[in-house]
Amino acid sequence: MNRRHSKAKLSRREMLAGSAGLSFAFAVGAPSLFGESDAFAQSGGRLNAYVTIAKDGTITIASPALEMGQGVNTALPLIIAEELDADWSKVRVQQAPVAAVFNHPILQQQMVVGSLTVRGYWIPCRTAAAQARRVLLNAVAERWKVPVTELTTEPSTVVHAASKRRIGYGEVAAFAQVPEKLPEVKPEELKPASQFRLIGKDVPRPDVVDKSSGKPLYAMDVQVPGMVYATLARAPVRGSGPISFNRDELKALPNILDAVALDNGVGIIGNTVEAVFAARGKLKAEWRDAPGSKVDSAANLHEYLAHVRDPARKGVVGRTTGDAIAAIAGAAKVHASEFTCDYVYHAQIEPHVCVAWVKPDGVEVWTGTQWQTRAVAEAAKAAGVGVEKVTLHQMQMGGSFGRNIFVEYVIDAVNLSKAAGKPVKMIQSRGDDVVHGRFRPMYAQRIEVGLDASDKIVGWRHRIAADTVVPYLYGQARMDAQKGVDHIVFAGADVPHYDVPTHIADHIYEERGVRTAPWRGIGAGATNFAVEVVIDELAQLAGQNPLAYRLALLKDPRARRVVEAAAKMADWSRKRDGTALGISFGKLGLPPIGFSLVGTVAEVSVDRSTGRIRCHNLWCAADVGLPVQPGNIVAQLESSLIFALGSALKERITIQDGVVQQSNFHDYEILRLSEIPPIAVEVIRSGDIPLPVGELGIPGVVPAVSNAVFALTGRRLRNAPFTPNRVKAALA
Amino acid sequence: MAVVAFTINGRPAKVEVAPDTPLLWIVREHLKLSGTKYGCGTGLCGSCTVHVDGRAVRSCQVVASQLGGKQVTTIEGLAADANHPLQRAWIAEQVPQCGYCQSGQIMQAAELLATNKKPSREQIVAHMDGNLCRCGTYPRIVRAIERAAREA
Repeated sequence: MNRRHSKAKLSRREMLAGSAGLSFAFAVGAPSLFGESDAFAQSGGRLNAYVTIAKDGTITIASPALEMGQGVNTALPLIIAEELDADWSKVRVQQAPVAAVFNHPILQQQMVVGSLTVRGYWIPCRTAAAQARRVLLNAVAERWKVPVTELTTEPSTVVHAASKRRIGYGEVAAFAQVPEKLPEVKPEELKPASQFRLIGKDVPRPDVVDKSSGKPLYAMDVQVPGMVYATLARAPVRGSGPISFNRDELKALPNILDAVALDNGVGIIGNTVEAVFAARGKLKAEWRDAPGSKVDSAANLHEYLAHVRDPARKGVVGRTTGDAIAAIAGAAKVHASEFTCDYVYHAQIEPHVCVAWVKPDGVEVWTGTQWQTRAVAEAAKAAGVGVEKVTLHQMQMGGSFGRNIFVEYVIDAVNLSKAAGKPVKMIQSRGDDVVHGRFRPMYAQRIEVGLDASDKIVGWRHRIAADTVVPYLYGQARMDAQKGVDHIVFAGADVPHYDVPTHIADHIYEERGVRTAPWRGIGAGATNFAVEVVIDELAQLAGQNPLAYRLALLKDPRARRVVEAAAKMADWSRKRDGTALGISFGKLGLPPIGFSLVGTVAEVSVDRSTGRIRCHNLWCAADVGLPVQPGNIVAQLESSLIFALGSALKERITIQDGVVQQSNFHDYEILRLSEIPPIAVEVIRSGDIPLPVGELGIPGVVPAVSNAVFALTGRRLRNAPFTPNRVKAALA
Repeated sequence: MAVVAFTINGRPAKVEVAPDTPLLWIVREHLKLSGTKYGCGTGLCGSCTVHVDGRAVRSCQVVASQLGGKQVTTIEGLAADANHPLQRAWIAEQVPQCGYCQSGQIMQAAELLATNKKPSREQIVAHMDGNLCRCGTYPRIVRAIERAAREA
């Protein structure tokens, strides 16, 4: 008889039942990853993972995170299989339901953010798998009447060497019982890294086969009997909504069932998607004023810059080291430098799609999201039911990069299903996805560095004026609990790896009513641009080579190693004809979690007549702690390097009169194949803990390109993206 | 509304739609062949690429009234058991990340290999330049096409 021990009610137990075999549900007290002081760890980490072993030996592993291309549905099951000593060919991966037992142990929610999935679930997943293995061993020991210490495992097999007996996990599952209290497994009892046979070696991603044959995997592909279609024209600015619109005209169009005013936009419901999209083009609406109605991003950027220059304007201070203000005041000289970054858009190729079905007894939702817990909560709220009445069918995401942490599309679809009285497939048009997107904040930054008489750094002050993200994503209460520190904006605005004795960074809030979101790499895509160009400038002031200067200033040996490795890959000292190299250091993570580190070198040329920059090569050395899936880590670095190169060269959202000026891929260009340079990635192992990977390519590219352009032309690019007009202006 | 008869993946199909209905929605939502993806609706991203009479086209830019008697092939009909050399190469090179654009990438690449058995890298880049991939799988797409050309 199988027993389950689950502290939280599973919303979809049926998907887990029915396999004749052994099911484990673990309630494991995960070792706290952080000290007591860390905000994330307030309530202690906890994870339950689900392992089911069928009598035929099939092992079903529930993956608590959602796939958006990053490979979590390979990496997490693989980690569990490693510790369970499972035969990987017998493993089937299943999406875990939304339940507290599957919460991310750091984030205390089921969510996929910050490249923290593998890092966060690392110890708890292994502990859960080790417990499952221990249960199997205990069952065999009892049956064979041998001490459990004499038993070992080989892939999916329990072995008693002394009597040369072997038994498969499936056979054990036929008689084993899960005890009321699972065996305790301490972290030090987990399999040592030296014995890993799966971790560190590439296995094919199971999703790749389906993705190469067009299988239905995404919300866009969902078909529900009796469903109708809808699209939502969202209000052009945050907080706005329709005052009036041409409802009668829209309703008279063929195959249109209704057009409804929602708080944040106008929903159009019809029998076919082509009908609702055609009607969307005929919408005439008057929108009510909102704080963002007058936003002019170009004018605002000048104000942001004025704010970082104004010593009287106080920002919220993030982490500090020593008294940088005093150190700079007393410095022999001060180097100051300013930077800007425009808004950028996620441009995930699947626009928002959600299928919702509000029924008398609950609501079903089919969608992809980076925050499953939130999606369920918001669907429940919108439908006016408890969360236990919500079934979330978790679909893979056609990209996300931070966009699908916000789940307004779930709320919209539920509202539209309520209005239609039917299941509704809500598809956002690309135009609406851009115009009503949520963007990485616009940044103005000023860095002041105090130097002593021998050019040694004595103090570093980093000022940021930018929109906020945390209040809109997590709520004002979280912002207050963090003492106003918007960690999404701040990320990367510190220099712990450099020999900088005093440091301060502050954030001047720019509340302009623009919709914001985390964007791949969060703040570091903007802040590290400023930091690493300033490092280059300091090298220039000191009359040193940017590589030598960094290596001398980096006090962390891991950091020196990635910079050195990237330089070596690029053959740094070789003189080029018509091109030049720029280098940068970057990091991803938080001090309590640990930083993954990256050294990046870009080789560029500049067409002086057109102002176009061409990137000829990217080299990247990445220290990721323990590489779980090395091939996928290379893929993620290629991916994030290309993503960042787009933000260096092209990507920008501009807003006039509150309205986003871009509307599709013709005016929000992402990089295409002909613009992709050869990319070389070296993955460095530095320990036995996997560190953040999915966004690691982001921080280094923009500064490396800027630094390369300086090496080539003697001019600094300080305003990202480096559009042809900006480049021409800088070269003039 | 009009009835349009054409061939999809070798089988006859008949749909009743407005004449200006994009082939994309006919394929995806009327015929439920959802491998073909909506990305931009304006022929800018390539995620909806299918073959019409053997030529790769953006299905969001072809409408029902142009379809009569045409042979349409989608990712589902590219090869029996999804065993096209490109699909095998896509798996061998572990190309997809999120995977959303990949049907369109494969259909675009299939047109190239159908007419040019051994494309140069420059020819691959030129042929594939209109298909966007936000995950940046581009280096692997090129490798997979080269592999398919080699192993086909």
